[in-house]
Amino acid sequence: MMETRIAKRFARLAEEGRGGLVTFSTAGDPDYETSLDLLMGIGKAGADLIELGMPFSDPMADGPAVQMASGRSLLGGHTMTRTLDMVRAFRTKDDETPIVLMGYYNPIYVYGVDRFLADAKQAGVDGLIVVDLPPEEESELCIPALEAGINFIFLTAPTTDDVRLPRVMEKASGFVYYASITGITGTASASEADISSAYKRLKSHTDLPIVVGFGINTPEQVAAVASIADAAVVGSALVNVIAANLDQGGKAQAGLVDKALSFVSELAKGVRSSTKGAA
Amino acid sequence: MTKKTLNTYRAGPDEDGRFGIYGGRFVAETLMPLILELEKSYETARNDPEFAAQMGYYFSQYVGRPSPLYFAERLTRHLGGARVYFKREDLNHTGAHKINNCIGQILLAKRMGKTRIIAETGAGQHGVATATVCALFDLPCVVYMGAKDIERQAPNVFRMQMLGAEVRPVTAGSKSLKDALNEALRDWVANVDDTFYIIGTVAGPHPFPAMVRDFQSVIGEETREQILKAEDKLPDTLVACIGGGSNAMGLFFPFLDDKDVEIIAVEAAGKGIETGEHAASLSAGSAGILHGNRTYLLQNDDGQITEAHSISAGLDYPGIGPEHSWLHDIGRAQYVSITDNEAIEAFQLCTRLEGIIPALESSHAIAHVMKIAASYPSDHVIVMNMSGRGDKDLNTVATATGMTFGVE
Repeated sequence: MMETRIAKRFARLAEEGRGGLVTFSTAGDPDYETSLDLLMGIGKAGADLIELGMPFSDPMADGPAVQMASGRSLLGGHTMTRTLDMVRAFRTKDDETPIVLMGYYNPIYVYGVDRFLADAKQAGVDGLIVVDLPPEEESELCIPALEAGINFIFLTAPTTDDVRLPRVMEKASGFVYYASITGITGTASASEADISSAYKRLKSHTDLPIVVGFGINTPEQVAAVASIADAAVVGSALVNVIAANLDQGGKAQAGLVDKALSFVSELAKGVRSSTKGAA
Repeated sequence: MTKKTLNTYRAGPDEDGRFGIYGGRFVAETLMPLILELEKSYETARNDPEFAAQMGYYFSQYVGRPSPLYFAERLTRHLGGARVYFKREDLNHTGAHKINNCIGQILLAKRMGKTRIIAETGAGQHGVATATVCALFDLPCVVYMGAKDIERQAPNVFRMQMLGAEVRPVTAGSKSLKDALNEALRDWVANVDDTFYIIGTVAGPHPFPAMVRDFQSVIGEETREQILKAEDKLPDTLVACIGGGSNAMGLFFPFLDDKDVEIIAVEAAGKGIETGEHAASLSAGSAGILHGNRTYLLQNDDGQITEAHSISAGLDYPGIGPEHSWLHDIGRAQYVSITDNEAIEAFQLCTRLEGIIPALESSHAIAHVMKIAASYPSDHVIVMNMSGRGDKDLNTVATATGMTFGVE
C-alpha cells in the first residue's frame, strides 16, 4: 500500500522533532466561499493536519461553539456534496496536507456508505472521524473505509480503560484521537499531567500517533500539548474567531479569513516553539 | 452461526442491541464503557428475584398498580361497533405510564451506586415521573426540557420544580424533545462517573430500548390477565399512540406472538402529513441514525434531522423507538396517523362521554378508535392504552378551541 498522507506527515513531524498542529473548522461555516478561502490558506498558515467538520443538525458531542457553526453552515444550504467539493478544490493546490473529515454518522449513512467512500477517496480525503461510531459498530463504516483506502480514526476518552483499549486499537488506523476530558467540545481543559499520563497509557497499546483534542484554545496550550503528544487539535477556539467576525445577520465580515488565519499562525508558532518530549 | 428459526417476535434485541437492522449503540466512545456497564447491570438485575420484588412493591404500593382495564360503555355505544376498553395508565401516580419505567430505572441506578439523575422530557410527564422517583429516593435531579415545551406544558414544569428537580430549558434547534435529548446526552458525557440518565422512551442506545420496554411491559401483562377475566378471550385489536413509543411497546410486547391480535400504533400527523408539519416518522420518514440508534427519522435528503410538529408535546419527536421500526418493516404492527384536529375532537368526546380527560397524546389513540370502532362487529374487543391524563393540556386545548377560562 502506498504510504498515506497522514503517515508521511507524522513521519516528517517526527523528523522535525515536534508535535503537530491540527485545526478543526466546520465546512460551510459561515458560508461556502469564506470556508473554502479559510481551508485554502490554513496549511500555509501552519496547520499540519486539517480536520474539516461535516455539519449535522444534532451534534450531540459538541459544545455551543461547534453547534452554532453547524447551524450557520446548514442555514447557508451546505451539503455533504459541497463538503467534498471543498476537499477537491483544496487538493488542486495542496497534495500533501492530510484532510480528515469529522462529524456524525447520519449524513454519511443517508448519502450512502459506498457512494460516500468512493466520492471521499476521489476528492482526496485521508481519514474519517465519526463521533457516534464506536468499535462496536465497526461494520457500518470503519471496515468499508479501510477497504476503500481511507483511514478510520477512533476516539479514545478518559473512560476508555486498559481493558477496553485493545478493542479500540484493533481496527485503529491513521492516528488515535484522544478526547482529553469527559465532556463536550469547547468546554473544560485537561491538565498537562493528565494528558501526559494518558499519552503514555495509549502509547503502550499502539504505535500509531496520538492526537489530543478538547479544551485546547491558546498558542501556549498548543505548545504544551504538542510537547507531550504527537499533535494537538484546536477546534472551538478557531470556530470562535469565525463567530466573532460575523455581522448581525450572521454574514462574514471583511477580514474574517485573515483573522482566522493569523490565529492559526499564532498556534503554529506555538507548536514550532516547543520540542517533543521536553515536558 | 446458527440460523435463527425461533417462531417469535419477542426475542429481540440481539447481542448487538439490534431489532433487525434497527437499534444498536451509536454513541461517543466516552459513553461506550458506561453503556456496556449499564447493559451488564441490567442483565443481572432482571434475573434477580430481589429486583423484581422491589419493582413489584413500588408498582403496587406507590404507583397504584394494577391499573384498571375499564370498559368504556358510553363511548362504545356512541361509536356503535366494537367493545372499547381503556387501559387506565392515566390513573397511575403522576398521571401517566411514564412512572413504570422510572421506578425500574431508579432502582437500577441505586444498584449501580449512581448519585445523580438526569432526564429529558417533552410533555413533562416523564420529567414529572423522574422528579417524583428522585424525591422518593433522595437523589438530585436535572430535567432537560425544550423551551417551547416549557411554555406549553407549564403545569408540569411547576410540578417538577415542586418535587425538587432543576428544570433546564433547552434553546437549541427546535426547542423541543429532540433537543432536550441532545442536551441530556451532553450532560451525561460530562458526568459519566456519578450520573444515571433515565431515558423516558424506548429509544436511545442499547440497552435502553429493551430495558424501557421491559419496564413498561407490565401494561400489556396486566391487560392480558384483565381482558381474559372480562371477556374470556384476548383482545382483537390493540391501539396506542406513539411518539418514541414506550406506552405502545409496553402494551404490545406481551401480545406480539398472539398472531390473531391486531396491533395498531398511532403517530401524530400534526397539521396533516401532506403539510410536512407532523411527527409521523414511520408514515413519512426514512431510516437514519440519531440519539444512539438506527430507526425511522424525519430528515432531509442530506441526512439533517427536520423538525417535528404535533399539538401534543409528548409526540413531538422526529424519531421513534427502533423496535417499532422493525415491527413496521416486518408488518407485525400497523402504523397509522391522526391529526391535531382529530385528536382535539377525541379529547372533547372522551371528556364529555366518559368523564375522563385524556392526555393529548392518548387522544390520538382515541381518535383512531373513533375511526375504526364502527367497522367492527359488537363482539370485537378493542383495548386502547389511556397512557396519561390531560390536566396538563387544558391550556393547549382551550387555546386550540377558542375557549376562555373563568365563568362569565
